[in-house]
Amino acid sequence: MAELDTSSGGGHKKGPGVKKSKKLSTRVDLTPMVDLGFLLITFFIFTTSMSQPTAFKLNLPADVKNPDQQNKLNENSALTILLGKDNNVFYYSGQLDPTGKNFKSSNFKDIRQVIMDKKNNTDSTFMVIIKPNEQSTYKNVVNILDEMSINLVGRYALVDISQPEDQLIRITQGENPGTSAGAK
Amino acid sequence: MGRPKIARKSTTVDMTAMCDVAFLLLTFFILATKFKPSEAVPVNTPRSVASKIAPENDIVMISMDKEGHAYISTGDGSIDKENKKQILNTINSDKNLGLTESDINALVAAPFIGVPLSQLSQQAKLPKDKMNSQTLPGIPIKDTSNNEMNEWMKAVHDVYQGQKLNLLLKGDNAAMYPSFKNIIDALKKNDLLKFQMVTNPQNVPEGTDLWKENMEKKPTAKE
Repeated sequence: MAELDTSSGGGHKKGPGVKKSKKLSTRVDLTPMVDLGFLLITFFIFTTSMSQPTAFKLNLPADVKNPDQQNKLNENSALTILLGKDNNVFYYSGQLDPTGKNFKSSNFKDIRQVIMDKKNNTDSTFMVIIKPNEQSTYKNVVNILDEMSINLVGRYALVDISQPEDQLIRITQGENPGTSAGAK
Repeated sequence: MGRPKIARKSTTVDMTAMCDVAFLLLTFFILATKFKPSEAVPVNTPRSVASKIAPENDIVMISMDKEGHAYISTGDGSIDKENKKQILNTINSDKNLGLTESDINALVAAPFIGVPLSQLSQQAKLPKDKMNSQTLPGIPIKDTSNNEMNEWMKAVHDVYQGQKLNLLLKGDNAAMYPSFKNIIDALKKNDLLKFQMVTNPQNVPEGTDLWKENMEKKPTAKE
């Protein structure tokens, strides 16, 4: 690009007629190129999903036809966690009081403490029963199952919710219990 | 007492080295990126602390999108495709669907199956890029009395007898529990008691029991 060379004033030392091949600098300004490079890097970093999806194992118990063969549960060492709509969590330990006074409301942050407390205060027969109702989401269920592995709860079960429990949840959530479809 | 002359240094830095680094990194990221195939069924998976990477072979995956529609897909390997064909053949003869050979081949090539049994031949005639969660209604699971996942799982159970099977369930955050329960029921009914749920990794919260355990025995394979 000799035509751009305007600095040809300096050297005619070899005299007229001798064509001087001017040494052009080979240096190019690389700044825009670096800019572009980093822009693309940023783009790729943000679009790459580095984390591979993981798999969370769940083993289901086989259905037992005969109720006598079912695992008997020590009622006092059980913690029942109920999942409602809008990420609401409810729990009670042991058996549900008919008046519902041991039925407590919680959320996904606090339930960990509840599980830990109960776990530390009971022997090895400790068990968690998870009862999602119809308004809870898949995410809630996975979260609570995850909570089991976080707290190293060895024994837990996913159980269908019973009618009174569903009613209690709906009342607590401020719904008219009469309109509820009820648990199946 | 003239002050010593400070040489005016040029502020231009040699960019070559920086440029080299930038493009090296760029090349690395381009090559290391595995482009996600655009998903026809969008599913936002929940997060869990599970650290095992989801398998990619010998899989049968049930996807559940946010409306609770279910779709079945298998892995991309040749064995997986062969098994998918057998599953389709089994279900075809069991239910007398009257699918032709070419229908079945089209369905094997399809990325997933997401129609009621009665509409399988219609899905077979759809072009591949038209198959997505908008056009396909999903496998009916909502109704407990007409849970077609049962039939599919029965076929899966028969075909994979004695073979290694990774049953994956990929559910969306917003899917409701009853859909999930119906899928589990279908699995239970067919003695498929082990399955894995696809999740996004998440760190173990500090101070919890699992965290303490992991601290004690340095990160090894945990359940």
